Amino acid sequence: MAQRRTAWTRLTTPFANIPASTATTLALAMWVVVIGGWALLSYGRVVPNMFLPTPGTVLQTTYRMSLDGSLFYHTLTSAKVVILGFIVSSVIAVPLGLWMGTYRAVQAPLEPLVNFIRYLPVTSFVPLFILWIGIGIEQRIAVIFFGTFFQQLVMISDCARSVSRDLVNASYTLGTKRSEAVWHVIFPAALPSILDTLRVTMGWAWTYLVVAELVAASSGLGYISLKAMRGFQVDVIFMAIAAIGLLGLITDTAFRILRARVAPWAP
Amino acid sequence: MGTLILNATSQTVAGSRVVMTETVKANNPAGTAHTAGDPRPAGTTMAIEDVTLRYGDANGVLALDDVSLKVAKNEFCVIVGPSGCGKSSLLYLAAGLNDVTSGSIKVDGREVIEPGPDRGMVFQSYTLFPWLTVRANIEYGPKRKGLPAEQRRQIVDQYLNEVGLAPFADHYPAQLSGGMKQRVAIARALANDPAVLLMDEPFGALDSQTRGTMQKLLLRVWERQQKTVLFVTHDIDEALVLGDRVLVMTARPGKIKAEIKVDIPRPRSMDVILEPDFIALKRRILGLLHDEIDEDH
Repeated sequence: MAQRRTAWTRLTTPFANIPASTATTLALAMWVVVIGGWALLSYGRVVPNMFLPTPGTVLQTTYRMSLDGSLFYHTLTSAKVVILGFIVSSVIAVPLGLWMGTYRAVQAPLEPLVNFIRYLPVTSFVPLFILWIGIGIEQRIAVIFFGTFFQQLVMISDCARSVSRDLVNASYTLGTKRSEAVWHVIFPAALPSILDTLRVTMGWAWTYLVVAELVAASSGLGYISLKAMRGFQVDVIFMAIAAIGLLGLITDTAFRILRARVAPWAP
Repeated sequence: MGTLILNATSQTVAGSRVVMTETVKANNPAGTAHTAGDPRPAGTTMAIEDVTLRYGDANGVLALDDVSLKVAKNEFCVIVGPSGCGKSSLLYLAAGLNDVTSGSIKVDGREVIEPGPDRGMVFQSYTLFPWLTVRANIEYGPKRKGLPAEQRRQIVDQYLNEVGLAPFADHYPAQLSGGMKQRVAIARALANDPAVLLMDEPFGALDSQTRGTMQKLLLRVWERQQKTVLFVTHDIDEALVLGDRVLVMTARPGKIKAEIKVDIPRPRSMDVILEPDFIALKRRILGLLHDEIDEDH
């Protein structure tokens, strides 16, 4: 059946699988289009180089800043801020979210408050954080925390709440006590979706980096790109953005591997 | 809902004469009639007395109306009824997963107030723990009980063999077919050595061939293990192939309408469905159920 279909039919059939080689080719082609388009616009002077640097300049800058160690230094500072903020947030959000999704008595008081806070723009809290926490790394971690925690809480609570009732009921008929259900049933059952939530919110944590380094930072990828803006070093901004994207891609892959390791049973 | 059966539709079903005599008894509002007739009066494992279930407040839907029944030790008791008659609700009450509105349920003389490992349950939906292997799923109950590892291993091995899944001990539920999952669910419930095994349409989601295989397997396990079973189904063939006794429920609100002893000798093969005795019993139950469905519309 499948062999009688042409490649074109397969490509245009909803949900149909395509060969891995085709998928890779398409993914690479996308990058070629993006970078090619960029090269065309910059080398062809369609956009002045002051606004759009050429890929060559960005690579040169990257090479130069890698050699003197500054790229590594700023990346490390940023990674530290994002990862610390993310860890502090997750360590509280996972157990609290599980509780919230499991017990109505925890959900009832928390949910209205959390849903109010999570729609507040993080940037509007930066002055407050500076006032309260100062301008050290703690302030930047607080921004990442604030940006991710409340989103995580709501999502993890949903993960817990969507655990099948019959799974919990079955565990009761096997001798699980009510107080044990969270740890023995709801947590492991929700674990794959909790890990998915962490992976998605890790991405959001990276997007708050520039906001976190907007004020009073003296190092980090967000900081150098803000500084570069003042000096019209568009190539540095491009490099910093690419570095953030790349780090996001790496943490995303790490989470995928972690999920496959920790929850091998889940599809 | 009060008076049933006394309409013309029962004429069309052969055997309806029997239906009428039985229904009179079951409709006795005193609710005293249907506790009689245990096939093995030696000991009662489960006694459901005057149980009423109403959802919501006093004006809520009446799901079960004054249901009484007893399940004898080692008896295989089956409840059949039209869909929505509350037969599953009755099992959830017996398991302690829901609270009765009035009445009482006792297992081995102790009143059911919450779920416990003395009442194992097999659900219609697949409820294996997806993060545990087949072995760990079966081991779950004995582990909660705090049995030592060596004893747990023996129990798990015994029930793995009993349901024929020893080669799949280290598989995860996602790697099993529907029938295999329910076999593990049965093994998992039995590994806890419950006083009564509650089965809520456990084969309802399976295709008819797998269902037949599962019925055969369940009969074999039951005959060897000697367990008390309360089994809910809407499949009359299944009820008669498996049960010592079949209780027919009315449509909502659920009541026990009739009680039919299944005198077909054991061990039963699947071919039993072709025998005249079986067909006569089936005709009686069909008649009882048809009246319910006719009344509904």
